[in-house]
Amino acid sequence: MSAAGNAVLVEDLVKRFGSFTAVDHVSFAARRGEVLGFLGPNGAGKSTIIRILCALLRPSAGRVLVAGLDVARDAEAVRAHIGYMSQRFSLYDDLTAVENLRFFGGMYRVRAAELRQRIAWAVEMAGLRGRETELVGTLAGGWKQRLALGCAVLHRPPIVFLDEPTSGVDPVSRRDFWQLIHQMAAGGVTVFVSTHYMDEAGYCHRLALLDRGRLVALGTPAELKQTAMRGALLHVECPPSPQALTALEGAPGVLEAAIFGDGFHVVVAEAEPALRALPPYLAARGVPCRAIARIPPSLEDVFVQRVGRAPAEARA
Amino acid sequence: MSRRRLLAIARKELIQVRRDPRSLLIALLMPVLLMGLLGYGARLDARHLPVWTFDRDGSQESQALLHRVRASPYFDLVGTVDRYDALAAAIDDNRCKLGLVLPPDFSRRLRSGEAVTVQALVDATDDNTANLAIGYAETVVDGFSADVRLDWVRRQGLPDLAAAPPLSIEARTWYNEDLDSRNFIIPGVVALAMALVGALLSSLTVAREWERGTMEQLASTPVTAPEIMLGKLLPYFLIGMADAALCIVIGVGWFQVPFRGTVGTLLVATALFLIVTLTVAFTISVAIRSQLGASQIAIIVTLLPFNMLSGFAFPIDQMPAPIRAVTYLVWGRYYLTVLKAVLLKGSALADVAAPMLAMAAYAVVVGVLATRVFRKSLD
Repeated sequence: MSAAGNAVLVEDLVKRFGSFTAVDHVSFAARRGEVLGFLGPNGAGKSTIIRILCALLRPSAGRVLVAGLDVARDAEAVRAHIGYMSQRFSLYDDLTAVENLRFFGGMYRVRAAELRQRIAWAVEMAGLRGRETELVGTLAGGWKQRLALGCAVLHRPPIVFLDEPTSGVDPVSRRDFWQLIHQMAAGGVTVFVSTHYMDEAGYCHRLALLDRGRLVALGTPAELKQTAMRGALLHVECPPSPQALTALEGAPGVLEAAIFGDGFHVVVAEAEPALRALPPYLAARGVPCRAIARIPPSLEDVFVQRVGRAPAEARA
Repeated sequence: MSRRRLLAIARKELIQVRRDPRSLLIALLMPVLLMGLLGYGARLDARHLPVWTFDRDGSQESQALLHRVRASPYFDLVGTVDRYDALAAAIDDNRCKLGLVLPPDFSRRLRSGEAVTVQALVDATDDNTANLAIGYAETVVDGFSADVRLDWVRRQGLPDLAAAPPLSIEARTWYNEDLDSRNFIIPGVVALAMALVGALLSSLTVAREWERGTMEQLASTPVTAPEIMLGKLLPYFLIGMADAALCIVIGVGWFQVPFRGTVGTLLVATALFLIVTLTVAFTISVAIRSQLGASQIAIIVTLLPFNMLSGFAFPIDQMPAPIRAVTYLVWGRYYLTVLKAVLLKGSALADVAAPMLAMAAYAVVVGVLATRVFRKSLD
């Protein structure tokens, strides 16, 4: 780890698959103990970046240092310093929980005495006490996922990469899982998490917003809400209808409008003039406006504006 | 290279084989099944061929010849007919392979010292069996005719000397004294069983990881390609060696194939053959990434050339030159050469150095190739 405290340093990273550019000149750094989220629709390049950081893919250009080691040159050394949980559940279904843990303990060469202790910890953490000898294939999603995390961090890696770790897991398990992530981070572990759940994005210390291989925005959730948004966000309360939407989109000063709940979220260049001008403008077009107010943007608003799609549809 | 990681992978593979009924059946039942089926079923020599006769003479002399036929281990006299077309019908509907017709003047001509022709009708749909039947029939008739001539010479008061043919071959068959084709086939079946088990099991091993998505997780650990490869092949090597021992025990103990060489030579040859087979199947598994596809291709690549071109079914020195050249690529031919030499000839390591070295070179080449292909697939 470098003196500057950067666990991971990415400079001008490019990854091409043939003529397709999956990662397009991305740069960022992550500090020790930080939880960094990758947020973006499918194909944004989240998994590709994570796989490059894990030395599973070679970068086409740029420099990537993980734990101070160059992933292109020291792939094997990098892998000893990281834990990785791939997008697909990927433990051995035909092995028991303990057999899986023992296997990965062997891969990371965890010393025998410590391994016993770590296996006990992982079994406890995954809530599998008493079910150690059941085949992993018979376990439900939440347990499998916590066991996979246990396998990935058995060797106490300083940096952990979790690629959509909570997809397909029930909300309670997801919340428990985030608790584990924050415990690790509190212990000084740097955690990378990719997700497309907006509520999870809020749990990250910092977020990297990705779209089509480019880093669109990077900052704390609060920073993103304040600075990543172009213009001001207004909530316009009127019955959502196609005519209302057309009217709003055509109104002077309006950059974007989208149906949101019982009204619209409207992005305007400047808040004050729009607050005054919009109600009469709408009334003149037969759209009754019950209320209008400036609101702080949510992460979802930022996402919609910067990526151009709602996260739900972007997930596809 | 970490021994710890290598053994962890080997242990995991063994657990997976143990829990997979399909792999377990392949490892345990397949060799026994193959030895049983092919040991009994695939025979190149013929015994107890069913024979029908049409004795048109019905004399003491004609019956004496038929008695000889009956006494031969190669023939079973199962029927007699009194019409020519009945004999033809018996061959037609497969009741006999050979029909013998003794002419009506058989005894008269014999007594007067004239030449007699015995007609043999042979079902030659299977040319090998037909050739054998003709050969066996000629032997029986020749023996009979020599006795008749001797008898005639004596009755003429001539010295016995004249009866002995001027030239004869005294053949001594070495290594397979009874000319039992089983001694030729069983070593082939041993190799076949090992190749099949080894190819099937190791063709699944990497493809299974790709199919289930576990390869990605494995690749994210510090484990290296050679560690994965050796760790995965080690258990299949042990299983293959155990299967080879089982097959050889069945071959020698049950089918009475001689074992004249040393266990050491056999061990080295078997290990080399298995290493090549496993590595080839492993490479296929790496390249194909689907268990079904990999196992099918592995069977085609290992078994088809082995069956056709190793000398198992067809003798290599009777093949046309271009095909003979191809057989040098079939690693089974080297193993078969060594296996037969060790079992039947009692050859020592030095006698089979050439095929051994060929297998060792083969192992090095496919080993390097497999490592390259595997390392590339992980990138």
